[in-house]
Amino acid sequence: MEYDEAPESADHAEVKDQYELFIGGEFVAPEKERYFSSVNPATEKELTTFAEATQQDVDKAVKAARKAFEGPWSEMEAKERGKYIFRLARLIQERAREFAVLESMDGGKPIRESRDVDIPLAAAHFFYYAGWADKLTYAFPGKKAEPLGVAGQIIPWNFPLLMLSWKIAPALATGNTVVLKPAETTSLTALKFAELCQDAGLPDGVVNIITGAGQTGSLVVNHDDVDKIAFTGSTEVGKIIKKSLAGTDKRYTLELGGKGPNIIFEDAPINEAVEGIINAIFFNQGHVCCAGSRLFVQEGIADKVVQKLRDRMETLIVGDPLDKNTDIGAINSEQQFEKINKYLEIGVNEGAEMYQSSCDIPEVGYFCRPTLFTNVAQSNRIVQEEIFGPVLTIQTFRTAEEGIAKANNTPYGLAGGVWTDKGSKIFKMSSKIRNGVVWANTYNKFDPTSPFGGYKESGEGREGGLHGLYPYVNLK
Amino acid sequence: MSDRIEVLKTYKTYIGGNFPRTESGRYYKVYDGDENILANACRCTRKDLRNAVVEARNAVDGWSSRSAYNRGQILYRIAEMLETRKAQFTEELETIGTKKKQARIEVEAAIDRLIYYAGWSDKYQQVFGSINPVASSHFNFSMPEPMGVVNIWPPGESPLLGLISVIAPVITGGNTCVVLASEKYPLSAISFAEVLNSSDVPGGVVNILTGYRSELLEHMTTHKDVNAFFYTDPETDQETRKQIDENGTLNLKRIIRKPVENWLDEEAQSPYYITDFQETKTTWHPVGL
Repeated sequence: MEYDEAPESADHAEVKDQYELFIGGEFVAPEKERYFSSVNPATEKELTTFAEATQQDVDKAVKAARKAFEGPWSEMEAKERGKYIFRLARLIQERAREFAVLESMDGGKPIRESRDVDIPLAAAHFFYYAGWADKLTYAFPGKKAEPLGVAGQIIPWNFPLLMLSWKIAPALATGNTVVLKPAETTSLTALKFAELCQDAGLPDGVVNIITGAGQTGSLVVNHDDVDKIAFTGSTEVGKIIKKSLAGTDKRYTLELGGKGPNIIFEDAPINEAVEGIINAIFFNQGHVCCAGSRLFVQEGIADKVVQKLRDRMETLIVGDPLDKNTDIGAINSEQQFEKINKYLEIGVNEGAEMYQSSCDIPEVGYFCRPTLFTNVAQSNRIVQEEIFGPVLTIQTFRTAEEGIAKANNTPYGLAGGVWTDKGSKIFKMSSKIRNGVVWANTYNKFDPTSPFGGYKESGEGREGGLHGLYPYVNLK
Repeated sequence: MSDRIEVLKTYKTYIGGNFPRTESGRYYKVYDGDENILANACRCTRKDLRNAVVEARNAVDGWSSRSAYNRGQILYRIAEMLETRKAQFTEELETIGTKKKQARIEVEAAIDRLIYYAGWSDKYQQVFGSINPVASSHFNFSMPEPMGVVNIWPPGESPLLGLISVIAPVITGGNTCVVLASEKYPLSAISFAEVLNSSDVPGGVVNILTGYRSELLEHMTTHKDVNAFFYTDPETDQETRKQIDENGTLNLKRIIRKPVENWLDEEAQSPYYITDFQETKTTWHPVGL
């Protein structure tokens, strides 16, 4: 089936040639006046340039955050603090369309997703935590919650504004101030968010946004006057961060990689399950830490499920992120594109059978066809390692026990799915899968009230919900 | 004075519900308050530790699947057993120099601490779990679940009350543990193992080793099949703290440090000691006809 083009207009979304750092309520040039380029992965053309924050800039940002923490922010009544956060939620909603377009241009994700998932959820996250600001005594029975101080936050490129909201909203609600570093390939919406902080009249220095790559991030992590680190990204970098915090009193939360098991039982509603498998792995080009990248199908329905998956994959539209028909947008960066291709090669070399949809993909830009691997072994690298792309491995199982054992056979433990018509089986499976989140008959659902975070090497601590407050407070 | 020769106890380790000696055959001397020798304690090795972790790992499934009520009763049973041996434990503390009155206070506080956590076993889930009002059509709830195997350095200076204060919240929450007893005062820990052994606590849930901390620290903190490391001594030096944290990065072991000064303090017990060793699991259950 062919669809006419349905491009979202980018006219109303202004992109400047150059963005500065946001420190102490102002946009300021970086001390070393170095800028780096950000590429639209769907066109491979430069979209804009961002400032590179170095030691002096990080110092400045932390000082601004400290000053704001000791000054207006901690002296303010909690309910007033909450009102600022409510304002931020509203401002995101008001400019949602602009944010959605920018998110798709900067990061390559389909406009339908940034419009319907990323931006509304970001606003909802601020709205949810705003209400907590003056109710913290109800969150921690028997204890009094005190803010930690300055939170250094480092976020990834897969859900730029949404991850920003996961970090900033609970930090502000609990009375902390923030120095946030967005990912170097997707810093645009964070700097747009800085404009919202100005528009909201948020006291200077409560939120500081500094841009740069890993080097800038490590300056934040190692800064003496930062009280807490919140990081979302790979397990590899998470371990480096945990190590560099060794012996210090800094608190930290890590939200890291995953290799999510998606377990389909014979009694599952098959068509729904197939939709769910597709969504679990191809949502956001598979750039999802909780992606359902390991499919486990009960033996009796394996052939049927694989066939249906192939049929469904054929209908997926890969292409222009700004087209409203697009299902799978651009791979976020050249580097990630190469990494995924390397894993496809590894998979084939390991003897797995690769299937890709036959769809057209644009000649320019980083695009990857939806891919699945069958005939894989538990020990294959494509089964064990996080690919962070639209690549699914398929294995079978006979009994629930075998499914559980295979699902848990990984150092990761972030999220997973179970598909069955039987409610009791859902509860049993959920209690046996060593993951922070279990979706039953659905996948990749997020909500500000719902705690998210990993077991084992998928991270430490929770974000979202009541549990997401805990990493930002001292309990007395 | 009677001519009867006293029968002295051989202090061994407690692994998987049994009392083996260290595989190495090594020992170290334990003295009383007056520098008289009390016992030859096992100087455990990496291999003993690894054996204990295997037992602890094997016990996780069964212990964490017990009903909360059952775990509570078993905690209570430990307290009952300890109460009947109050005299023995008081005497043991006295031999290492604790004043009689203080020894009694500590033993009684240790018993009460077990009762305290026994009572929490079926309540912390209610207090710290949540039902989350998500916007989609799902019944969404979050529950605390045990992390798994916890390696513990109990307080060096509080050989019974401190020991019980760190073990109780860990096992109340469905975890199993491997404990390296106080290096200087290990005997109460081994005697406590005898209490555990007669208290319906399944073998492997609590494993107790004795030996040198400096020898076992690295193995306790780097073992990759261990989910968390728990220690409390406020005087732990900076270098050791750093080493523990760094070793924990290998498999993202949760490093929980609670520098408690006085284990008789109210602050030394709280349900937050239980939740420190819990992961939060969130389940999205479909709602519909």
